[in-house]
Amino acid sequence: MEGRAHPTVGTYLRVFAVLVIVTVIEVGVFYVPAFQAVLVPLLLVLSALKFLLVVLFYMHLKTDSRFYAFLFGGPLLLATAVLVGLLLLFYGALRLRAGV
Amino acid sequence: MTHAAAHHTSMGLDSRKMAFWAFIGSECLLFGSLISTYLVYKGKSLVGPYPHEILNIPFTSFSTFDLLASSLIMVLALAAVQRGDVRWAKIWLFGTAFLGLVFLGGQVYEFSSFVHEGLKIDTNLFGATFYVLTGTHGAHVTVGVIWLLTHWVQTLRGKMPTPMTVEITGLYWHFVDVVWIVIFTLVYLIQ
Repeated sequence: MEGRAHPTVGTYLRVFAVLVIVTVIEVGVFYVPAFQAVLVPLLLVLSALKFLLVVLFYMHLKTDSRFYAFLFGGPLLLATAVLVGLLLLFYGALRLRAGV
Repeated sequence: MTHAAAHHTSMGLDSRKMAFWAFIGSECLLFGSLISTYLVYKGKSLVGPYPHEILNIPFTSFSTFDLLASSLIMVLALAAVQRGDVRWAKIWLFGTAFLGLVFLGGQVYEFSSFVHEGLKIDTNLFGATFYVLTGTHGAHVTVGVIWLLTHWVQTLRGKMPTPMTVEITGLYWHFVDVVWIVIFTLVYLIQ
């Protein structure tokens, strides 16, 4: 089945407000020196939050069939695994070469 | 068999939508490989310009807001089509395409200013991976804008596109938006 009804216009507007606020926070922390130590994990979490909001509400995965989530989530996980694997391979090799 | 029923699979799902989600899945792998390549070669350029010298965060933040706003307008267009409101469908479909064009204009400006500052696709590893990644994204935005404009022209001729057609266009548009969310963080903010 196609799943439940799509979100209302009010929900779309609230999601947009959150997306704007999170983007302002992202750009804000980029410029604040105090956040430099935790900048990368913080930005990754904020980016993942925005990604999830768009996918769940604007692309309707929250209410649509789980099979669509599987069609999207499977390759997304594979792409993330390839990315992490390549980074570990390249940066791991560099660290080995440097004797760290 | 009705026209609508002809598009449904044995799972009760729309076959066009299912195929499109599979396509989006394949796009995840395409952008995953381009982003991986960018990150693997990050910091390995032997000559400048380097990312921190050239990337313009305030300007790109504006482009990010623009694309996020276009996603909002896209869902408003879908809602208008679903309730059969031709007037607002026309407005929102054009609005989404317009914001897409603004984004593309920003990308043209960004690329030309980078070339002016000495960063070409063959200058260094940063230039090669940056232009291929953001250029592929820009090509996707261009396709989305053309797709949206075809729906808009359809509404101008008094023919309303079907809700499923607009929903599939929306899926593509939002995917382009989420890819930008990732690029904005990994390329622009994490330098």
